Amino acid sequence: MPKGGKYQLSVDETTLPAGVSFTKPEYQSRSILVLMGDKKVLFGFSSGEGGGGATSSSFTWARISQLLVDGLFFGILIALGAVGLNLIFGTTGLTNFSHGELLTLGAFTAIVLNELGLNLVIAAPIAVVISAILWGWGQNRILWKRLRRRKTGLIASMVVTIGLAITIRYTLLLIFGGSPRSYQQFAGQTGLEFGPVSITPKSIVFAILAAIAIAATVIWLQRSRIGKATRAVSDNPALASATGIDVERVISVVWILGAGLAGFAGIYLGSTQDVTWNMGQRLLLVMFAAVTLGGLGTIYGAIVGALVVGMFVQLSTLFIPTEMKTVGALFLMIIILLVRPQGILGRRERVG
Amino acid sequence: MNFTFVLSQSITQALGVTAIIYCLAAMGLNLQFGYTGLLNFGQVAFAAIGAYSVGVIVISFGASLWAAIPIGLLASVALALVLGIPTLRLRADYLAIVTIATSEIIRLLVRSIALRDTFGGANGINGKMGQAFHDLNPFHADIDLPFLTWTRQDLWVVTVGWSLIAIFTLAIWLLVRSPWGRVVKGIREDENAVVSLGKNAYVYKMQALILGGLLGTVGGIVWAIAKQSVQPDNFVPDVTFFSYTILLLGGAARVFGPIVGAIIFWFLLVFVGEFLNQMIDAGWITFLLPTDVGPIRFILVGLGLMGLMIFRPQGIFGDKRELALNAR
Repeated sequence: MPKGGKYQLSVDETTLPAGVSFTKPEYQSRSILVLMGDKKVLFGFSSGEGGGGATSSSFTWARISQLLVDGLFFGILIALGAVGLNLIFGTTGLTNFSHGELLTLGAFTAIVLNELGLNLVIAAPIAVVISAILWGWGQNRILWKRLRRRKTGLIASMVVTIGLAITIRYTLLLIFGGSPRSYQQFAGQTGLEFGPVSITPKSIVFAILAAIAIAATVIWLQRSRIGKATRAVSDNPALASATGIDVERVISVVWILGAGLAGFAGIYLGSTQDVTWNMGQRLLLVMFAAVTLGGLGTIYGAIVGALVVGMFVQLSTLFIPTEMKTVGALFLMIIILLVRPQGILGRRERVG
Repeated sequence: MNFTFVLSQSITQALGVTAIIYCLAAMGLNLQFGYTGLLNFGQVAFAAIGAYSVGVIVISFGASLWAAIPIGLLASVALALVLGIPTLRLRADYLAIVTIATSEIIRLLVRSIALRDTFGGANGINGKMGQAFHDLNPFHADIDLPFLTWTRQDLWVVTVGWSLIAIFTLAIWLLVRSPWGRVVKGIREDENAVVSLGKNAYVYKMQALILGGLLGTVGGIVWAIAKQSVQPDNFVPDVTFFSYTILLLGGAARVFGPIVGAIIFWFLLVFVGEFLNQMIDAGWITFLLPTDVGPIRFILVGLGLMGLMIFRPQGIFGDKRELALNAR
């Protein structure tokens, strides 16, 4: 735009790719007041939930390799959330339907710091620490520890997670409003070309950091004392407690770790897409699909499951419209439950 | 500040069509969650099946409403079987995850562009899908009492709706007092004990899932007939969780729980919303915008759901001995 003022804008619908339509017909033409330096989403397009491009059924190698890379990156992102989800489930038995909100809270913590003037490079690590302490440790301390002491049942606790998710989501909507936000740095990056594949530099950095975080978690679980204690509690809390492991301490650590990883996932997601009040909720079911696929409660299963789901979601767009890619992942989850309910890496045992 | 308007709106809504729909959904959850202990997080899927059966069969295919209703109920049974077969043998949380996932699958399918010709995409299906029902309307005038205002159409839907609820409540009352009811309550408290007594817990759980789902589907059918429009984004998971809040408010495992819960829930929700709106209009509250009222209502629901489940899982009128959800 050359300068501020009132502009009349319209989009010729015939030039849109197939499968893309307006979210509301009146958006096709609208007049807006443009201020200098202002950025707005001018046209709301819908191609189902989660946006993304339109359907294209071309089976080119370029497209397949691009989807594989996208799938790998998406899988790493899901793994960040799924590991925490599964650790919390493993140690406390709680199926946490408010885990998606841990992602959202992380992303919004970073947005607040970012808008206070901190560069995202500095804001992101601080936000991860705040996520881990405030949203993870604090949440466990204020809510879940007390519920465990009151001996609230697991089914009742699951309903509580739902109430918590609704409360967090709409509190964020109330405070920050419904329009999507983005971080001030690295917003509109152009992709680097690697042969047929195009990736933005920020995605590479985030994916590498995420992979390191996941690898560190795995090593920590294998080698460190508290990591081994975590696996012991996941295996059998009563027995672990009898051998002198402080179960409550392990659970605190798991919440800190899980919320930290989820907060990081939120910033990753917010940086590659947008920061919105329901961003975590939209990813929750995909995370559940990953966890169920790998086996509820098995930590390595969550990682394998996340990578499989990530790849599956992206590659499925070769056959089904982009808007339905989540549907594919959820179908995959239900099929897995039918044939192998303990998940890919789960132990064969009665889960009924 | 028009307090009479606030009160009249609240009472009208508390007894109105929306309360009836949510009451039916909560009655289904009462059978599943309250009596049998099944955590169905996808009740909205059953409502969507009912509403879309009416919309698709009447508007898209041009068939009769009286054909649509039984087809919707059959589809609901089919959905319950699809959900139950893989999950009812597994731990409670698997059913929760699969049901919430299925409700989203159904919503994403009906709002998809690929199936727009049948389901209408994001705009849904709009048209006189309930006309066959409204043609039977015996009422000739709108009702306009000081605290109750309904149009002639709404009055007819409300009359039939509450009558249906009365019939279903009687049926549920008889059902849970029967041997069947004792078995499902036994499953809720200790499934292994029931299995060791030679009962096939899986079959009983499946029956509870089907019956509860059918009640949700009736709610969906009422929705389509009353509102003459079905849109995919009306069927988000939040509907299920509103129904849970209603159930817990009135008292799970109480026959009248959903009715009491639905009336109180919608009275409070509309009252708070309208009251805040009026305060903002009158300039008494300056730190809120009219658009903030929606989120505030949701926050109250979320806090209410948490608080009820933690402090009074038996609900306002429930009996704590009746409901020991700590079995597993």
